[in-house]
Amino acid sequence: MSELSPNAKKVIEDHIGRYPSKQAVTLPALHVVQEETGCVSNKAMKEIADILGLSPAQIHDTMSFYGFFRTEEDPVGKVRVWICRSLPCMLRGGEELLAELCERWGIQPGGTTADGQITLELAECLGACDGAPCMLLNDELSLRVDADEVEKQARGNG
Amino acid sequence: MSNTEFKPVLLGRVGRPNSQTLESYRADGGYQALAKALSMANTDVIEVVKSSGLRGRGGAGFPTGLKWTFLPKDVNGPIYLCINGDESEPGTFNNRVLIEEDPHQVLEGIVISSFATRATTAYFYLRYEYGRCYRVLKKAIDEMYANNLLGKNILGSNYSLDIHLHRGACAYICGEETGLIESLEGKRAWPRIKPPFPAIEGAFRRPTVVNNVETMACIPHILQKGPEWFMSMGVAKDPNNPRDAGSYGPKLYCISGHVNKPGLVELPMGISARDLIDKHAGGVWKGRKAKAVVPGGISMGFMTEKELDTPLDFNGPGRVGCLGLGTAAVIVIDDQTSMVDVLYNACRFFAHESCGQCTPCREGTAWSTKILERIRAGHGKLSDIDLLLEISNSIGTIPGSTICGLADGAAWPIKTAINKFRPEFEEYITSGRKSESRLLAGAH
Repeated sequence: MSELSPNAKKVIEDHIGRYPSKQAVTLPALHVVQEETGCVSNKAMKEIADILGLSPAQIHDTMSFYGFFRTEEDPVGKVRVWICRSLPCMLRGGEELLAELCERWGIQPGGTTADGQITLELAECLGACDGAPCMLLNDELSLRVDADEVEKQARGNG
Repeated sequence: MSNTEFKPVLLGRVGRPNSQTLESYRADGGYQALAKALSMANTDVIEVVKSSGLRGRGGAGFPTGLKWTFLPKDVNGPIYLCINGDESEPGTFNNRVLIEEDPHQVLEGIVISSFATRATTAYFYLRYEYGRCYRVLKKAIDEMYANNLLGKNILGSNYSLDIHLHRGACAYICGEETGLIESLEGKRAWPRIKPPFPAIEGAFRRPTVVNNVETMACIPHILQKGPEWFMSMGVAKDPNNPRDAGSYGPKLYCISGHVNKPGLVELPMGISARDLIDKHAGGVWKGRKAKAVVPGGISMGFMTEKELDTPLDFNGPGRVGCLGLGTAAVIVIDDQTSMVDVLYNACRFFAHESCGQCTPCREGTAWSTKILERIRAGHGKLSDIDLLLEISNSIGTIPGSTICGLADGAAWPIKTAINKFRPEFEEYITSGRKSESRLLAGAH
């Protein structure tokens, strides 16, 4: 049984022609698997390596550099909420917002709510400083949010 | 030209209905600059950009046309253009707005620049967090392929180009050009030792140019309106300084922090920080005064209230001890905010984002954060202040202890905060006060 979905395999194959080296498909491959399964399992890592003609260790080396990708022991919930804590957001309540969400959901940054719905992450500058404090929900930015707004979007999504 | 008369160029189409579509871009004269460029010799396009005085908008301010001339004359095989859309410097969001609102302006600049540099493939490296940008760009690129603006024989010429979008994975270091290249190649984003510079050996070990998004947005305007138009704006080069390349053209200034109206403003380069805050950002919020202002992203360090008349051109911030203009992202800190908290935030950012390759950076950023944690917990010692300074003087490319400039960016907030606000640090430590902000256990 293959760990990679037919769609993931297709995405990976489609990317190969775009670069002069197959290794360059590592990030696109990790992204599609992370998006589909909430993590990149060891088996998926090995299958990506096989398609790209690499050692699984090379995939792991790249994957572990970017805190973005999760292992199978630590998958993300249905939605992933990132709260920015860098200076422009910190000056406008970003850290308090993050702390409030931690208390409200009973988790620490990086953790997932008990119902598996929301993974809360701290983020360094999300590039939406004109709307501080801001959040990223999956990959969509929302500007000028408070805890109620974050909760509403996180519960209403996924 | 006074600032009040200035009509935005790069943001000229922002906010118009359907500003993202090819149809509306063309109705506003879009892609005429590309047609013009394709009728010229590629070396003449480089000459136009070179003579405009355009300097890269990503932070380092290197002259764009000059960078292009570093490509070898005779090349067998591909040349690559990489677009640095990994905008992650705290306070910076101009690329996001440019892409979300007017993607074709950026893409036209990319095609012209690729033609000029003889690149046949362009990789647009976009930070993962900009999901909306990704979808807007994808649609715009599809429109271009369908209308002979990308692919084979663009607009009937014998020039062909492909653009591929490549998403990052939330790592600040990918904004460093060789870190970006390593990341593009599917590796950890560890910056390379230079030389060789990317122009000689870059992506996939081929000659490569890496350019910023805002830089690309300037290119079609320079082609259409001419280098003299570009040089009619900004601050002329100092005739007594042969190394000064001047600060020409329009510039996007991001304003965030404690102002009434945070946002993005386009102005001729060289406005003072004070005018930017008072005239374009509604002043400091809550009737307060500014205590400190970051001139161009947190890496550049801090200016004091007294230094706010400094012009925000390529030279101004450096004259008051900052690292440079950086990304022209201005962050305003009011007089009720503790500089200890602000510096802690900056140090924590760099500790989180150091790639770990060079020991002075990895350890220096981590220890400066720990020292500030100790001070904020009420256990600081006065000697910690000089220890922080010693760390800041030891890390980076300026002392020569690291491969890339991330650590210089980590050092400058420390140097400027302590040199300019030392009594505040001393008072914080001697009073035994603790930070009022809520510390998160386990939040690293």
